[in-house]
Amino acid sequence: MTDKIVISEENEEFLAKVSEISGQVITLCDQCGTCSGGCPMVTEMDLTPSQMMRMVQMGQREVLDSKAIWYCASCFTCTVRCPRGLDLSKVAEALRQITLRRAVDYIDINNFPKDDLARLPQIALVAGMRKFTG
Amino acid sequence: MRVGVYVCHCGGNISETVDVHEVASFAEGQPDVVFVQDYSHMCSETGQKMILDGIRDNRLDKVVVAACSPQFHEKTFMAAVENAGLSPYVLEIANIREQCAWPHFDSPDAATDKAKDLVGMAIAKARLDESLAKRTMPIGKRVLVVGGGIAGIQASLDLGDAGFKVYLVEKEPTIGGKMTKLSRTFPTEDCAACILSPKMADVPSNPNIELLTYTEIEDIKGYLGNYEVTVVRKPTYVDQGKCTACNRCSEVCPVKVPDMLEEGLASRKAIYLASPIAVPHAYVLDSQACLGLFPLACERCLEVCEPGAIDYDQKPQTLTFTVDTIIVATGYDIFDAREKKVYGMGRLKNVITALDLERMIVHAAEGNPLRPMGKRIAFIQCVGSRDEQVGNEHCSRVCCMYATKLSQLLKRSDPKRDVYVFYTDLRAYGKGFEEYYKRAQRTGVKFVRGRVAEVNGDSSGDKVTLKVEDTLTRRIIESEFDLVVLSVGLRPSRGSKEIAGILKLGEGADGFLQEAHPKFRPVDTLTDGVFICGCAQGPKDIPDTVAQASAASSRAIRLMNRGRYDIAPVIAFVHEHLCDGCGICVDHCPAGALVLSQTVSVNEAVCSGCGSCIASCPTGALDMHCYTNDQLLEQIRASLAGKREGEARVLVFADDQTTYRLADNFGTGKLSYSPDVRIFRVPSGSRITPRLMLQAFELGADGVFIGESEEKSSPFAHSVAAIKQNVAAVRAILEERNIDPDRVRFSEFVTVMLTAFVNQMNSLVEFVRAAGPIPDGEREMLTARLTEQRQQEAV
Repeated sequence: MTDKIVISEENEEFLAKVSEISGQVITLCDQCGTCSGGCPMVTEMDLTPSQMMRMVQMGQREVLDSKAIWYCASCFTCTVRCPRGLDLSKVAEALRQITLRRAVDYIDINNFPKDDLARLPQIALVAGMRKFTG
Repeated sequence: MRVGVYVCHCGGNISETVDVHEVASFAEGQPDVVFVQDYSHMCSETGQKMILDGIRDNRLDKVVVAACSPQFHEKTFMAAVENAGLSPYVLEIANIREQCAWPHFDSPDAATDKAKDLVGMAIAKARLDESLAKRTMPIGKRVLVVGGGIAGIQASLDLGDAGFKVYLVEKEPTIGGKMTKLSRTFPTEDCAACILSPKMADVPSNPNIELLTYTEIEDIKGYLGNYEVTVVRKPTYVDQGKCTACNRCSEVCPVKVPDMLEEGLASRKAIYLASPIAVPHAYVLDSQACLGLFPLACERCLEVCEPGAIDYDQKPQTLTFTVDTIIVATGYDIFDAREKKVYGMGRLKNVITALDLERMIVHAAEGNPLRPMGKRIAFIQCVGSRDEQVGNEHCSRVCCMYATKLSQLLKRSDPKRDVYVFYTDLRAYGKGFEEYYKRAQRTGVKFVRGRVAEVNGDSSGDKVTLKVEDTLTRRIIESEFDLVVLSVGLRPSRGSKEIAGILKLGEGADGFLQEAHPKFRPVDTLTDGVFICGCAQGPKDIPDTVAQASAASSRAIRLMNRGRYDIAPVIAFVHEHLCDGCGICVDHCPAGALVLSQTVSVNEAVCSGCGSCIASCPTGALDMHCYTNDQLLEQIRASLAGKREGEARVLVFADDQTTYRLADNFGTGKLSYSPDVRIFRVPSGSRITPRLMLQAFELGADGVFIGESEEKSSPFAHSVAAIKQNVAAVRAILEERNIDPDRVRFSEFVTVMLTAFVNQMNSLVEFVRAAGPIPDGEREMLTARLTEQRQQEAV
């Protein structure tokens, strides 16, 4: 089934927010795909970088649920090549920031069985809590 | 004196904001005004008749029309005044639409007050208008065409056929330009050389065209109707009249160098024919490549030349001639694909440019392939176009279609070939283009929407791999091809830059030559009598180039055909009784129009009317028709007459070409700015002398702003330097009086700097408001101080 995009004021707000945080005029992206073609992580991504830009342009908040924005290694290959001079790394960072700012905890330490807590290395717990926050 | 004032409603455009009746009754109270009328459309035939009747019935000798900007209907109203038997120069326009109704639509009272001031200013100026006669200058029928590509050829042929004398100057040994390199042309697939060569041959056979190939422009001086051109003919070392193009010299020549006609894919000899269809059809000896002419190293070409055409003693020849108009057709350069490093041009042997492929196809069709083309071929679009990373933001307009054409020629010679075109957007906008694109799709060419990210080669260098996103499926393509063709874009040519420097032509943000108006003057420039056409003005295809070339020649004919042309009498003149013959002004005239004998006189044909000489005169003997010192002073006085307690006034002296139009454009956009500003239209900011600026302060101005066209696009040479000097002189005097010198400001503008202009005006208004009023005592005797300084300098 093909998903519909319903364009509403919320979509505009999302675009405005990402634009503001990233400092990029995201509507300038003309979807040429230069970023995706050169991205060293693109094969690991569930969205290509240009698709990420498109979804932000259209205000699709689902982009926040993508893995791609976390795979971006901020290598800046896309940024130095973009024919429109856009900094995609900043856009990906803005999307990560929006997620992080929600400050949602995905692991609750109280739900861990005591035995597990005893066995797990402390560093793994700290890393896990950090990774699954936001 | 009997002044008539007409107030236009502009069908509500003005009257919905400005109280036109209040403006009309204000005008009635002004000195010498004997007749006032308002009407819905002054520019209509009825409105023009009202002017005609008004002048006759009331014996008016000065006319003021309060309406839209003079750039729209000054000519209309001048004609109406002239029809009534008056000099057209007794007309003044108060621009109450672009400067009042539109920018101040949100404050109608302020708009009406400003309109009254503008009408007062126009009346003050009109009262001092002289009844000048229209002046004409003789003009001949000689044209210089710079550049012998298809644009220059078309323009020359049109002019030559119409009976005008043409000097066609081309820097290469043959005319024909880039088109000589092309295989076929889109979308009709005509053979380029077959349609071009008869046109090229028409040039030397036209008795009105003097063809100067292998010739560079050294200098151009002068003005419309009198451009003095200096060119240098480079030696070809071959007598072009004797050469029979038998090719024997080339056969024996021992030197091989890359042939740039073939984009370096083949070689040529040091003595060579520039193109198989070269015009003039004569060989050229490339002295850089030759083993040596002085001392003579080889002489083999001389030995075999039967007609005795070889002449090693040829020297560069300087020619000078005079023309009346100039057409610039200096074309384009192709983007150097090596600048786009990720595509591997110059590094990977199977990465070539589209122009390389043109030559390969020409040779393959002749059964003489330059190199194999392979089976899997990829085109990369937008190389050097639409790309901030290489500094070219423009679309080159021809690449989509030439790639489509090349794909067709490749498919035709071998239908089994796989041809892929990787594009950003496919722009098939022209006549027959969309159909041609569809035809290419039918033949199986794959158009893939994605800009190629990178091209990599394997160790052998035979295979090249592209990486690109198919943006329509969001999949990454990484595939090998036998040949990668870069669809390189067009950029301004080196020749265009040089001629722009010589003729002081403006350039757009993309570096191509700037037309005088993007809609209505597409082939004119701001230099009178200089026209542009073809790719010098911007990327375009052959039919558009030919159309522009014909347009440019017809615009040139329009000027020359009458044998005389009208000129505005806006030129300097001398109050002889004040001139003491010191001659200081002579060096201050950028046009060289001032001649010193006992007193100074003005060469009226040369004076460009900038007014920058006036400030230099220590005795105030220089002045300017239509913008006399007295007129400007009275206008300044009138502009400040309506100033109320607590109000600020910033006087903006706006040059007619750019700054005044910026203000108009701001009005047209209904973008508001401070109503404290009063804008004066002057030919150049350099017309406003330090004395006038100081007089403005004496009379109550709080700030003065001078706006001038950016130096490189100003019609007046050195006006910017003159203004800077004038402003510095005024600032020094203000500083002595403890008046903040920042109340006088100056800026250069180009016509696109809308916001910059308004921000600067507003910032000066805010500044003078914050600084508060100048105490009355401080305002006095400012000009006296200037006179004192001048006298000290003279001593």
